[in-house]
Amino acid sequence: MEKIFFRTESLYDVATHYCPGCGHGIAHRLVAEVVDELGIREKAIGIAPVGCAVVAYDYWNFDCSEAAHGRALAVATAIKRIHPQNIVFTYQGDGDLAAIGTNETIHAANRGENLTVVFINNAVYGMTGGQMAPTTLLGQKTATSIEGRQKEKHGYPIKISEMLALLPGVIYVERVSLQSPQEVLKAKRAIKQAFENQINNLGFSLVEVLSPCPTYWGQSPKEALDWIRDVMQKEFPLGRIK
Amino acid sequence: MEKKKILISGNEAIAEGAIQAGCTFYAGYPITPQNELIAYMAKHMPEKGVFIQAESEPAAINMVYGAAAAGARSMTSSSSPGISLMQEGISYIAGSQLPAVIVNIMRGGPGLGNIAPAQSDYFQATRGGGHGDYHLIILAPGSVQEAYDLTQTSFDLADKYRVPVMILGDGILGQMMEPVQLSTKKIKANTFKGWALTGCKGRKPNIVKSFFLREGALEEFNLGLQKNYEIIRKKEERYEGLFLSDAKVILVAYGTMARIAKSVISQLRSIGEKVGLIRPISLWPFPQEPFNLKNKKIKYLVVEMSYGQMLEDVKLAVGGRQRIEFLGRSGGGVPSQEEIINKIKKIL
Ligand SMILES: Cc1ncc(C[n+]2csc(CCOP(=O)(O)OP(=O)(O)O)c2C)c(N)n1
Ligand code: SF4
Repeated sequence: MEKIFFRTESLYDVATHYCPGCGHGIAHRLVAEVVDELGIREKAIGIAPVGCAVVAYDYWNFDCSEAAHGRALAVATAIKRIHPQNIVFTYQGDGDLAAIGTNETIHAANRGENLTVVFINNAVYGMTGGQMAPTTLLGQKTATSIEGRQKEKHGYPIKISEMLALLPGVIYVERVSLQSPQEVLKAKRAIKQAFENQINNLGFSLVEVLSPCPTYWGQSPKEALDWIRDVMQKEFPLGRIK
Repeated sequence: MEKKKILISGNEAIAEGAIQAGCTFYAGYPITPQNELIAYMAKHMPEKGVFIQAESEPAAINMVYGAAAAGARSMTSSSSPGISLMQEGISYIAGSQLPAVIVNIMRGGPGLGNIAPAQSDYFQATRGGGHGDYHLIILAPGSVQEAYDLTQTSFDLADKYRVPVMILGDGILGQMMEPVQLSTKKIKANTFKGWALTGCKGRKPNIVKSFFLREGALEEFNLGLQKNYEIIRKKEERYEGLFLSDAKVILVAYGTMARIAKSVISQLRSIGEKVGLIRPISLWPFPQEPFNLKNKKIKYLVVEMSYGQMLEDVKLAVGGRQRIEFLGRSGGGVPSQEEIINKIKKIL
């Protein structure tokens, strides 16, 4: 019998710690598949964030570092400048990239660092117990917006991708979703594009991945996927932004 | 090769010393009184080296973290408020066992304080400064030449022990100009670091991290750090001692303050007063050996540009055997020769 599905070399054969229905596991696998398909496993250097994906290096089979909360793009900037031949990427949540790390994010993008960013937007702080994130939707209930996010009190969900697309140093921004198998395939294509851009020395690429957090959305895994489609994708429209 | 002598400032000497030591990565953010350092690095970083003016001190120190993780000899510099902002990154560098050099050219605080020289970051430097059980090796040069030499030592110590090393100076040292004998030491370019992130070709993946989730794992790791610190304590004490054999009063001062103390000593010795000096060069580990004096009648006078921070280390080192007096000013005030002499006269 012909074997048509292989274990991805860049992903260890271990169980992840993520909750049932979480998007992080899928996103990890997409990154790993892309790294393998591009043949860059031995050149890859990943930066894990502080957030639910803090131990991503327990799952990825290539060189990795972790960064303090929000600082991944400062760390990545230096690693890439020291080893321009390596392929360096950060993997960051919305709290990490769009709250505490906004400064590092904007400036690495504005310098046009030749880096790839996989930005997991689950509209909540997962690791610390489901508090409001800068990306939390209006009306969305979290541990720190008990009545639902209100624009008067909390401001609006931040659209980091659209903001970054304004910067000349940024060459590619796309928003994708893990909402259905078709969307997952599109997400993989975008992540691959973002890595190819780096291989071709084009500059700063970011893929924003709308990702379910059933645990802190208080939903079943299936409901969470529907919520991405029916609610989240309306606030954060999919597609290529730049 | 003939040894060259040049006239430069302390800030520039540190920068030149770093380049001579093979520093190929510098990231920093401007702050007075260390701006000549960042400018010098921008101008003189070798072609293959990387200079980045970061967007903030947290970014700068985390860039240093990244470059160190990638195996480069990396450095940043700042002054007091900037160093406060870097503490997060410094703790992560210590926790990830990365070598790096951090320069603090101190100014007056707390808060925005002023831009006058001070020594009031001693506690922050020697007690860790950031969160967690860690130390930096702290070296305090007393001249521009020493600033140059100790910067080279810093990189070697950082690599040897895989710890961050801080050069602690103040605005006077940073800005004063003195002739410096350049070294002809050959740098061991790109010393191989098996743990560094270079891509996993032909080996298992390397991970640089400071996160230990499994029960007991962090305690185990921290005990390892402590063992390393114990070795450093034993091997890396540095100090200068002057006239200790017959001294009745021993001044204890470091950095710029020690230069003033030296002038006091030559003045008093010329009229036959028996005064000596202990100048700690490593502030962590704090030198214990020179304080092992048996004569109960010796008195110490600790002089600082702060309100008694090093004083605590002197007390620990002396262990109650002799009397300790203190003279300190801060916030831009520098104890003068006169003030010190008056104080000594009272003690004698
Ligand atoms: C300096 C600092 N502040 C706060 C925290 C606590 N913290 C850990 S993860 C996290 C939020 C993570 O949220 P996000 O980036 O959205 O990732 P997720 O867990 O949702 O995947 C916070 C606030 C920390 N580790 N360090
Ligand atoms: S808390 Fe949310 S983001 Fe974190 S692992 Fe669980 S589902 Fe995933």
